[in-house]
Amino acid sequence: MNSITHELPLRAAPHAHDRSSVDRIMLKVCLALSPATAYGLYLFGWPAIILFVVTLLAAVATEALCLRLAGLPLQRLLDGSALLTGWLYAATLPPWAPWWIGAGGVAFGLIVGKHLYGGIGQNLFNPAMLARVAVLISFPVQLTTWVNPMPLGSELAPGFVDALAIIFANADYAAHLSAAPSGVDAMTGASWLGASKVAVGAGTDVGQWLAADFPLTAAFSGHIRGSLGETSALLILVGGLWLIWARVISWHIPASMLGMLSLCAWLASHFNGHLFPGPLFQLTTGAAMLGAFFIATDYVTSPASATGKLLFGAGCGLLLFTIRSWGSFPEGVAFAVLFMNALTPLIDRFIKPRAYGRTLGGKTLKHSDMRKIV
Amino acid sequence: MFAPRLFGSGKIRGGVHPDGRKDATSDRPILTNLPLPSRLYVPLNQHSGDDALPLVRPGDRVLKGQLIGKASGRVSASIHAPTSGTVLAIEAVTMPHPSGLPAMAVIIEPDGDDRWIEIPTPPDPFSLDPDVLASKVEEAGVVGMGGAIFPAAIKLRQGRRFEIQTLIINGSECEPFLTTDDRLMQERADEIVEGTRLIRKIIEAYRAVIAIEDNKPAAIAAIQAAANKVGAIEVMVVPAHYPMGSAKQLIQAVTGLEVPAGKRSNDIGVLVHNVATAWAIQQALVYGKPLLSRVTTVAGACVAQPQNVEVLFGTPIEHVFKVCGGLTGVPARLLMGGPMMGQILPSLDVPIIKGSSGVLALSKAEVNAHTSSPCIRCARCVDACPMGLVPLEMARNSRADKLDAAQEFGLRDCILCGSCAYVCPSHIPLVQYFEYAKGELADRRSSQQKQEYTKGLIDARKERLEQERLAKEAAKAAKEAAKAAKDAARAAAKAEKEAAQAKTQHPESTTTSPADNCVREEQP
Ligand code: SF4
Ligand code: SF4
Repeated sequence: MNSITHELPLRAAPHAHDRSSVDRIMLKVCLALSPATAYGLYLFGWPAIILFVVTLLAAVATEALCLRLAGLPLQRLLDGSALLTGWLYAATLPPWAPWWIGAGGVAFGLIVGKHLYGGIGQNLFNPAMLARVAVLISFPVQLTTWVNPMPLGSELAPGFVDALAIIFANADYAAHLSAAPSGVDAMTGASWLGASKVAVGAGTDVGQWLAADFPLTAAFSGHIRGSLGETSALLILVGGLWLIWARVISWHIPASMLGMLSLCAWLASHFNGHLFPGPLFQLTTGAAMLGAFFIATDYVTSPASATGKLLFGAGCGLLLFTIRSWGSFPEGVAFAVLFMNALTPLIDRFIKPRAYGRTLGGKTLKHSDMRKIV
Repeated sequence: MFAPRLFGSGKIRGGVHPDGRKDATSDRPILTNLPLPSRLYVPLNQHSGDDALPLVRPGDRVLKGQLIGKASGRVSASIHAPTSGTVLAIEAVTMPHPSGLPAMAVIIEPDGDDRWIEIPTPPDPFSLDPDVLASKVEEAGVVGMGGAIFPAAIKLRQGRRFEIQTLIINGSECEPFLTTDDRLMQERADEIVEGTRLIRKIIEAYRAVIAIEDNKPAAIAAIQAAANKVGAIEVMVVPAHYPMGSAKQLIQAVTGLEVPAGKRSNDIGVLVHNVATAWAIQQALVYGKPLLSRVTTVAGACVAQPQNVEVLFGTPIEHVFKVCGGLTGVPARLLMGGPMMGQILPSLDVPIIKGSSGVLALSKAEVNAHTSSPCIRCARCVDACPMGLVPLEMARNSRADKLDAAQEFGLRDCILCGSCAYVCPSHIPLVQYFEYAKGELADRRSSQQKQEYTKGLIDARKERLEQERLAKEAAKAAKEAAKAAKDAARAAAKAEKEAAQAKTQHPESTTTSPADNCVREEQP
């Protein structure tokens, strides 16, 4: 045996690997999302399930098409990134939105938000949030119609065939309503964020209104009007904490985003409780939790360094509070995240970790500085 | 705050926890007295720096321990005959480096007698002057055996020029599979401790610490016992955490200090030597034995009997594998060194050299190589980097040949430890990019140096011409000046004469002449 043939091409060290892979990471994120989503699907019944499946299928189909057009191997589909984009997008939709909102939106997000940039890892903006903002601006009515929870198997829940009609034929909810027993006056309503905005606009004291009407425990557990996979702050928190524990995401973005949102809300409600709801309302409604743990933490579109992440999260939190308080839309997670996405390259350029043997500015460490650092 | 910090927390930044896989070899004793191979291929360069000059010719008979290559150049190390025999040739052989580039080697046919050259009993090293000891280390051809292969004597002499607070003897051995330092510490603890004391004497360090990772309890116990016998040598247990064995990281763990970028550890009063180097230095100073062999770990799923063996330098790797029962199946990777930083071997013919800490024949499962996919910016590499760099950006820029940007994200500080690539879920060969970029930068620097050198030559020539011109002009001017001076002198003499004549009438008019002198003094 004079010369040995290597089975694999010659490569530099290391010749070992921790066995992590992109598909496994994506899978873990999906796993972490599933309790909250499963609960949402249960809560909003067959229409939500159909919308969810259609959106995911559309995501995979779009990804396959784009890979094909780009001449890339279809195995890339297995990395799960498109599935995750579809999932996240679906989770932020009103649970009974028509099918084309789901399918069209995710196709737009993947094509414009990801593949036009050059595919996975190249995009500047979070594709799911880009899709979300695009449909919100284009179809505000469909995107702001929220049904009350009607858990699978409950009296009011539409059956599978009704659900098909609702999602595909855009059947009027009223048709379904007529079947409802008397006493239920509305199947749909504004989201809680929207309602609080209306209340403020009408000059109601928001503090009192919340104290009287807002079901905090239900909002935390998830039995509340809201998007398909966003209602249960608790289950999202569980999934998010598990992701941190599993080292899929780091704590920096969720902590700084939720921390900043709470801080702003606390200060504002402390000084003007008539106009501003407090932190608990902010944290348990809308996409705050989902955004902090699953959307803002998107690897591709958030900074790489720990300090950069803290800054990014804090920026998201601040913008979120600003948009919710003064913007024209009741919810602002998508806008806040997209705005910070745009700043990410800048953050990454200027905020780097301190290198060993150097100061934060990149200068050679002096012996005297060192004692302060260590 | 102001007192120098002497103790670290044992922590390093980033890093990874690769599967150790040391069990296969850590409990088996070192196999010594291997059967001699039919040929030894002893390279004249087994160290960082210049080749040693060969002192023998084909046909010469050599004895074990005889000097066959003399250190030459500023950084170099001596080479000795590992056994007795006949020099067959001095020619280029393939070296244990992935490039497979050849280097000159003395090829020796062993005579089987393994007859030593006569070594006079050396005087007690503890009674000798540190400089004398450093020279003896130099004569023995000792180099850094942890992988740096930097001539040990040079490092010791550098250490003597600084005030060294802490001497660290590196027994951390953080690379998976490798157990050579582990076994050495278990079996030759007294020698290592004595070596440590000798190094400490040479560099006059205040403190000597032997640092061992906590995954080697037997080695810790053995070294602790040996250190207790003599006292004043500390044993520090550091966590098993790759790359703890890298000098910069170990210094951080043991002392809490960081080596400033671009400086040496000497600058912060720290010197690091490997345990195997301490052993080699002890052998050289106590017994006068030159460095002829080393303990190397032979392991990996494709090795029939993984174990540590003490191998003569120049032994072909094929022979080493044969001693260990041969290879089972075709290895996916054949390496010299550990899996994290080791290098792919171009063939089985390459010899064991002073820096060979291990030879590994890894299976496909152990390597776990995959084709790479695009970076998903997960920042796992950033978290894993012990140097606090941004590997993803370094790689992206290196790939696009934007070397300056790559530098900005830390390329110049990268120690090529491979932690980043180890955790990259996209299997991006990050280190390969860094090696490439570092190579390009070195080329760029050397071509710049060349340019500067050429420019220097041109400038020098210009300057010379200019000077010649000036000299000519000066000569001409001088001539003219001389002529003028002559005229002036003549005139002056005439004037003086007149003045002298006048002086007899007006003595105060001579005061003009000192002012004249002043002007002349200012001119040059
Ligand atoms: S670990 Fe790999 S995929 Fe993740 S950021 Fe670093 S280079 Fe990119
Ligand atoms: S190889 Fe370089 S960039 Fe990668 S972890 Fe090690 S020091 Fe950091």
